[in-house]
Amino acid sequence: MIVKVFVSPRKGILDPQGRAAEGALKSLGFGTVGSVHVGRYIVLEIDAVSRGAAEDEARKMCDQLLVNPLIEDYRFEVEGG
Amino acid sequence: MKWGVVQFPGSLDDRDTVYALREVMGQDAVLLWHKDEQLSGAECIVLPGGFSYGDYLRCGAIARFSPIMKSVIKFAQEGGVVVGICNGFQILCEAHLLPGALTRNRSLSFICDQVTVRVENNQTRFTRAAKQGELLKLPIKHGEGCYVAPEADLLQMEERGQVILRYVDASGHETDEGNPNGSMRAIAGVANERFNVFGLMPHPEHAVEKSLISGDDGLKLFQSIIGSAR
Repeated sequence: MIVKVFVSPRKGILDPQGRAAEGALKSLGFGTVGSVHVGRYIVLEIDAVSRGAAEDEARKMCDQLLVNPLIEDYRFEVEGG
Repeated sequence: MKWGVVQFPGSLDDRDTVYALREVMGQDAVLLWHKDEQLSGAECIVLPGGFSYGDYLRCGAIARFSPIMKSVIKFAQEGGVVVGICNGFQILCEAHLLPGALTRNRSLSFICDQVTVRVENNQTRFTRAAKQGELLKLPIKHGEGCYVAPEADLLQMEERGQVILRYVDASGHETDEGNPNGSMRAIAGVANERFNVFGLMPHPEHAVEKSLISGDDGLKLFQSIIGSAR
């Protein structure tokens, strides 16, 4: 099964990459742009018997290694199953 | 005193740290390989600067799970003295041996510079040889040195005196220009609650010889630890 994990800077934590991208977009004339946040996108291929099992496994992986909850938030989507 | 300096793949300052300890301070220092679990009887473990595992995922996130870290974590939990410099500081935060995390510099640039830090608490085994409020000039070289922690944790850390070093300007004042990377409360170095684990972004091991441009203010920190062991 494929699990797509979206990691983003935690709200309230300084996100200089997002700020820089935001400034650049505005200076390109994109007046419609509000705030910009730059995160990370991780694709996991997981060998699991069910969707629920894949979700449990992905959550454990995020909590143990892939995400630092002090500075990042995450959500994920499971494909297939 | 016997020191153990850990080598991770991508460590840079391991040999400089051993040089500073052995040649400048006359200490017994050995290199410890990341795949080993033996600490070889070291009384103080140093996690050196560098880019362990290429800084992939997050700085220190992968090194934190290397075999030797199991022993380092156990050693620290039993009260053993552990110091993390730069990447070593990042690894200690990822391993939850120190509070907080280190994120991208506010400027987004890698900074290589000489900074001034103020000793905020000299009643620790890491700063005993310095005066309270003493200014130390130390080099920094990092891209991810912006210290962050939840506000409630910061308040507690300040109360307990865990904020050991703070970035200041050359005159010793806490100013925006004095804070090179945007760290919360201009934090440059912190200890754990038990004061046996210490992490800092500046490099004391690169400031141990007066004849070189970095000066020798780094000696104060090493001498404090050596003095505490006697």
